[in-house]
Amino acid sequence: MTEALDPTVTNLTVFVLAVVVGYHVVWGVTPALHTPLMSVTNAISSVIIVGAILASGPGTTDFGALLGALAVGLVAINTFGGFLVTERMLEMFRKKDRKQTGK
Amino acid sequence: MSANQVALSYLVASVLFILALKGLSHPDSARRGNRFGIIGMALAVLTTLAVTGRIDLAIGAMAIGGAIGALVAKRVEMTQMPELVAAMHSLVGLAAVLIAIAVVNNPGAFGIPNPIPFGNRIELFIGTFVGAITFSGSVIAFGKLAGLGKQFRLFSSAPIVFRGQHMVNLALALVMVGAGIAFVVSGDAGKWPPFGLMTAIAFVLGVLIIIPIGGADMPVVISMLNSYSGWAASGIGFSLENSMLIIAGSLVGSSGAILSYIMCRAMNRSFFSVILGGFGGAEGATADSGEQKTVKSGSAEDVAFLLSNAESVIIVPGYGLAVARAQHAVKEMAQKLIARGVTVRYAIHPVAGRMPGHMNVLLAEAEVPYEQVLEMEDINSDFGNTDVAFVLGANDVVNPLAETPGSAIYGMPILEAHKARTVLVNKRSMAAGYAGLDNPLFYMDKTMMVFGDAKKVVEDIVKAIE
Repeated sequence: MTEALDPTVTNLTVFVLAVVVGYHVVWGVTPALHTPLMSVTNAISSVIIVGAILASGPGTTDFGALLGALAVGLVAINTFGGFLVTERMLEMFRKKDRKQTGK
Repeated sequence: MSANQVALSYLVASVLFILALKGLSHPDSARRGNRFGIIGMALAVLTTLAVTGRIDLAIGAMAIGGAIGALVAKRVEMTQMPELVAAMHSLVGLAAVLIAIAVVNNPGAFGIPNPIPFGNRIELFIGTFVGAITFSGSVIAFGKLAGLGKQFRLFSSAPIVFRGQHMVNLALALVMVGAGIAFVVSGDAGKWPPFGLMTAIAFVLGVLIIIPIGGADMPVVISMLNSYSGWAASGIGFSLENSMLIIAGSLVGSSGAILSYIMCRAMNRSFFSVILGGFGGAEGATADSGEQKTVKSGSAEDVAFLLSNAESVIIVPGYGLAVARAQHAVKEMAQKLIARGVTVRYAIHPVAGRMPGHMNVLLAEAEVPYEQVLEMEDINSDFGNTDVAFVLGANDVVNPLAETPGSAIYGMPILEAHKARTVLVNKRSMAAGYAGLDNPLFYMDKTMMVFGDAKKVVEDIVKAIE
């Protein structure tokens, strides 16, 4: 057992654990909030922007860097739009809450 | 920043993403959850910018994309949420493909050795094809949801089916996998042709997979593409050996998968029959014996009388209500009834809208308190002791045929509106629902139909309740 661990195995460990966590957390989401769930997961999957930033920044402005910048721009729509639209929806659910307790 | 610091900061971001989803377990904690998500994202982006050589391109692009995103988020109508979500899925898919191309072009920028090792190539292959299918599939889904079928035939909401469709898809998938394998084993010089071919076929497959799926199945399709976009992000995370991307992608992937399952169960459809397509359009011509059945129909005044003399009312909203933009009028009607001492609640079927949870958002937008809005499992047992069930723009989800063995929708979970003492149904006409089935609920003795546009009818009822 002296050989080094293949990084893919480490990645797979993280992946499987994350799927298990995701499974349990998502079943706990109230059905009334399934649409905000979808928009917030949209925003979260835009964390792929991290890869796009790396692609855009090797220093040499070649074809790959421009693709990276394009990817940053596209996915930034999700990053900002996803969280903001979720916020907007959740605000609708909260307003009545306040009114309700104010009565 | 050292590599360890970066990894730890990504770990914090990952935990924040989990908390963001966790917050959605209740409307009260949901906003805090969303804030956690925003902080996590900011942390991830800033950390990455700190370790990237050249950041002006990224910041410029982010400013443009961010401004567009913010504007869209502010402007979008809640009825258009399904389209927005589909468009966003396509962007994640496209970004995954672009990043993969950048990796293949210059692996060194991502700390990957050149030539790219075997393992990374497999991961790149998977991340790219899932991303490409997500992109083109979501574009088609967007077009179908936005009703662009007239402008462009592939966007038609009716299923597009042709002979040998499944064989064509299978053949293309095999060629795609073959090209993927060729990419994995290719030398550095020959990596582009198989990679390009694989990506191109994946784009075509995305289109072919979604076109045969009909309008009624869109809630499943959106959830499914939600899932794919997560797996695509996860695949890129594997290629870049970035745990945060893997975690975020898996969370989204499992979320979409669970939503797809919930939607399939609510429509009594197996996941495979949705994927194989052909539902929600031409078929479903299951005409009854043809005998003339009579319905009782009444006026808005009759409805107002019945509603205001009831003790308890359950409103069953369907997508027809949202199409008619009648949510505010309904809320006004409910308020008037509540002021008269009537108990008013709303019963939501999981597929009442065009995406999971859509009807809840539409009612929330109309400022209906969420305590009055109940899910199917929670309210179904109450219909039996309710005076009036008022069905607005819903059809298949209240069709009692679902309880008749042998009917096309047998086994589909329905809202048991037919158990209420009196049933009121608003529809524009006697047309059948998506499933193409007649609805015995309309012909029951205790049922009264009110024909007309939902908004107009409800406004008339509001006027008549005095």
